[in-house]
Amino acid sequence: MSADPAITPELIAEHGLTPEEYERIQEIVGREPNFTELGIFSVMWSEHCSYKNTRALLKGFPVESPRVLVGAGEENAGILDIGDDLAISFKIESHNHPSAVEPFQGAATGVGGIIRDIFTMGARPVCAINSLRFGELDNSEVRRLFRGVVSGIAHYGNCFGIPTVAGEVYFDKSYEGNPLVNAFALGVLRHDQIARGAAKGVGNPVFYVGPATGRDGLAGAAFASQDLTEESAEQQRSAVQVGDPFMEKLCMEACLELLATGAVAGIQDMGAAGLTCSTCETAARGGTGIEIDLAMVPQRSPGMTPYEILLSESQERMLIIVTKGREEEVKRIFDKWDLPWAEIGFVTDTGQMVVKNHGVVVADLPASKLADDAPIYHREAKEPAYLSEVRSFTLAGVEDVEDPTEALEKLLEWPSIASKNWVYRQYDHMVRANTMVNPGSDAAVIRIKADSVPGGDDREDFPEKLVALAVDCNASHVYLDPYEGSKAAVAECARNLACSGATPIGTTDNLNFGNPHNPELFWQLKESVRGLAEGCTAFDAPVTGGNVSLYNQNPDGAIDPTPTVAMAGLVEEERHVTTQWFKEEGDAVILLGEPADTEDALQGLGGSAYLQVVHEAKTGQPPRCNLEIERTLGTTLLGLIQSDLVKSAHDCSEGGLAVALAECTFSDLEARNTPRFLGAEIDLSTVENVRLDALLFGEIHGRVVITTSELDAVKAVERAKLLGVPAQRIGTVGGKQLKLRTSTGEHHWEVVGLHDLWWNSIGNAMA
Amino acid sequence: MKFAVLQFPGSNCDQDCVHVLQNVLGHPTRLLWHKESVLGDVDAVLVPGGFSYGDYLRTGSIARFSPVMQAVKEFADQGGPVLGICNGFQILCEAGLLPGALIRNRSLQFRCEHVYLKVATQESPFTQAIPEGKLLRIPIAHGEGNYFCDAATLEELEARDQILFQYADRDGDVTDHANPNGSLKNIAGICNTARNVAGMMPHPERAAEEALSEDDGRLIFESLIAALNPASAPA
Amino acid sequence: MKAKVIITPKPEVLDPQGKTVQTALEHMGCTGVGEVRVGKYIEIEMDGDADTVKAKLSEYADKFLANPNIEDYRLKLED
Repeated sequence: MSADPAITPELIAEHGLTPEEYERIQEIVGREPNFTELGIFSVMWSEHCSYKNTRALLKGFPVESPRVLVGAGEENAGILDIGDDLAISFKIESHNHPSAVEPFQGAATGVGGIIRDIFTMGARPVCAINSLRFGELDNSEVRRLFRGVVSGIAHYGNCFGIPTVAGEVYFDKSYEGNPLVNAFALGVLRHDQIARGAAKGVGNPVFYVGPATGRDGLAGAAFASQDLTEESAEQQRSAVQVGDPFMEKLCMEACLELLATGAVAGIQDMGAAGLTCSTCETAARGGTGIEIDLAMVPQRSPGMTPYEILLSESQERMLIIVTKGREEEVKRIFDKWDLPWAEIGFVTDTGQMVVKNHGVVVADLPASKLADDAPIYHREAKEPAYLSEVRSFTLAGVEDVEDPTEALEKLLEWPSIASKNWVYRQYDHMVRANTMVNPGSDAAVIRIKADSVPGGDDREDFPEKLVALAVDCNASHVYLDPYEGSKAAVAECARNLACSGATPIGTTDNLNFGNPHNPELFWQLKESVRGLAEGCTAFDAPVTGGNVSLYNQNPDGAIDPTPTVAMAGLVEEERHVTTQWFKEEGDAVILLGEPADTEDALQGLGGSAYLQVVHEAKTGQPPRCNLEIERTLGTTLLGLIQSDLVKSAHDCSEGGLAVALAECTFSDLEARNTPRFLGAEIDLSTVENVRLDALLFGEIHGRVVITTSELDAVKAVERAKLLGVPAQRIGTVGGKQLKLRTSTGEHHWEVVGLHDLWWNSIGNAMA
Repeated sequence: MKFAVLQFPGSNCDQDCVHVLQNVLGHPTRLLWHKESVLGDVDAVLVPGGFSYGDYLRTGSIARFSPVMQAVKEFADQGGPVLGICNGFQILCEAGLLPGALIRNRSLQFRCEHVYLKVATQESPFTQAIPEGKLLRIPIAHGEGNYFCDAATLEELEARDQILFQYADRDGDVTDHANPNGSLKNIAGICNTARNVAGMMPHPERAAEEALSEDDGRLIFESLIAALNPASAPA
Repeated sequence: MKAKVIITPKPEVLDPQGKTVQTALEHMGCTGVGEVRVGKYIEIEMDGDADTVKAKLSEYADKFLANPNIEDYRLKLED
């Protein structure tokens, strides 16, 4: 056997460990670690696995509610009760750096990883969503990454057979070279089906399931925990992880079938840090020890070292602890599904993670200390210098629009606002026949039926459920005010759920930030977490898990701080499911919330899409987010929906009221190339003391455009007011034009023309 | 009626077909694992969509060698009705039960969206109960649904009235604009000369319930059920 | 002249397609089957002498035809 390299300060640094951390390792081990052990520590103590820079902050998140069955950080993903003995498990996770290096496989394996997290909990994955960020589309490299990421997600999700039902995509220069790929999956299970990732039962055999281990993504977790440089990317190229959705589908079916037998004592997927993480975490959770022999691990490449086998991130692999005596059942099921498996070790009572290679000990470490005793850092935070400039920005130098015709067209064509059909038409969003609201409305709604539960559910009268999902983050706002912007991300998510008829029940978040050693970037993170925590508390939507991705920067600087928020909600009855587009000629258009905010010096234009698109300025204090107002808006809107008053509901976000109204007129899609247009006449002439651009394009929060029948209009307005939500009728649905009257004049657009700009913008840029 | 839905490794619309046949339409339906070599007591076979064997090599190319496909061939030879949907259509073509092949979409991208289907003939167990002139609104979801065959085969398909469904626009016109994948003659579905084996790229099982805002797909299953048992035909 | 570019997954890189084809062959009872790698084959008509064509094609393959992250390629020229 080739000799391991000697442990030198350089080698320690190369593993991303500080001298202090190395000292701590020596204390824990009670001696010098060997090369393999150093590798193990480096991945387990990377930010990706240990949250060492963020754990202290994340304690601020609300994590409890009566619905929480498995809470944040306990297992691979959280689990929430949705009633009638049913539960959902969901989580979002990033695959940013691998996607920057190899967009197709990076994104594909990101989807694979999150799906595994969900079925590891014993749940059947029933839908996926995602949140993506790229540079601007006039750059050919950006287009290559965008194309690759979308087709990678499509490849994996479509082949696996999970519908990708919603998502968001933004384009901004700050993500050039460092795209964000955040993938979310949701699964369904009964309470009695919850599986645990704990190595229970001394003497129980440990099985390895899935394809052979290669040198794929060697130390990917450590890679994700450093700045993305040309050099680090080059190293990774030699070890791209390749996803095999077909294998994963077999693996899931086999695991769910196996879990139903009761022969499984513990189950854990091999994600980041592969075999290392899964063995020491299961032992740590079980309060036991584990011993494996690498010679038993199926290997794809000849001559792999223990270090390489332990740190490999080959995909679609699972670690399963089997109740002793029931090995034959396990083998029978894996053989049925043609899945490779191997028995590689057993559970011990030593508390140690012992790794042998052909019987020779190559690593012997205390499992719980390795998994749970990573250092916790309280990094220095300092308010970034750019914020003083942001706060001093006024509208003095910004000329108001006289004729908003072109501004609205430009906004609808702006890729961050434009239709994402180029993306979602590549995703199968209907497989499993449960998608009630397809991509293209405020939130997706899926049905939970008997075959959504692992093994099916044989109740005579299965209590079907409706789950709504939204994912949001306006990172421009977060950049300009991390606290307010993060609150607003949560509020927007909740608003989108309410527009679809759902009550929020839980949140998962993906914190995409820059290097935490930079105090200004760490300040962004700290402020953002404070805002998210307040937001989730306000909506009773505890955080059930998530992911932190730091070091998102390229040589030109950090990305805009992007705390992606995904929220799940419940719709009580099928008739409450609501979509954003206008339904019928003659319906009344009502605005819930204030048309203008006179207390905001920038009148809602700070950080707006309008300032970015028309005035080429990404600056200004973004609008404040009042959570009390948002909460009242949400419950009021739901009340109106549940009283059958609301025919459509769409929230105002990027591009303000005018963009929201335009989207209501053209976003209904009957079939391919067959949009359905319904114009409207809108009268805002009574709104005074506000600039025209702010009235139309300002992004003040807490607003939703709804329609009701003519007959119900007064009732809806009065009821909303009674419940404390400002409401006014602003127009009527009808015609083929969007007509807007304001105190300064009248403006109109052909709906078909606006739709064309909005629908084709991204497709044209990618052609 | 008794239905069998085949299940290959990588099938992923199998449960959806079972759901529609059993829960929506109320007919006993069972899954049949690809390693089975007897169909048992069934009246009709569905070959569902998905990515059998990951669609590796060619779509449907590996599945057609499964033991169950031999049994399906014998069943079809005896006149038993077989419907292949999406990947099932691809498998039936690879297995030689239907002519032609499905190649990559001309956009080179996977496409998931609703389309309108013109019912080109009612002379088949799969279309006989669909009202004359009815346009079906049904989703597609495929990367390789571009129907191709040589000129002689196409001529024969037309001469023998084997084209069941064609992609159309909202007015029922079969135009290039309405063609989502580049299929010859906008072909979305065909049957064999004996008319008991059919394949189609669109997914009727995803459009068989009001809850999913569309139930046109139901008409295809109801046609088949009525054809198998004329007495049970809906009034 | 006609140039042929044969692209295969790098030996180190997992090839799910090859693996599935290999297993399927074995299940069908085909004997003597070892590792299978599934790649791509491209034919291009090129102008110029063999050396120039080779140099150009290498550049095109590095840049575009093959994905250097996961694929190797071989060139063959025919008169």
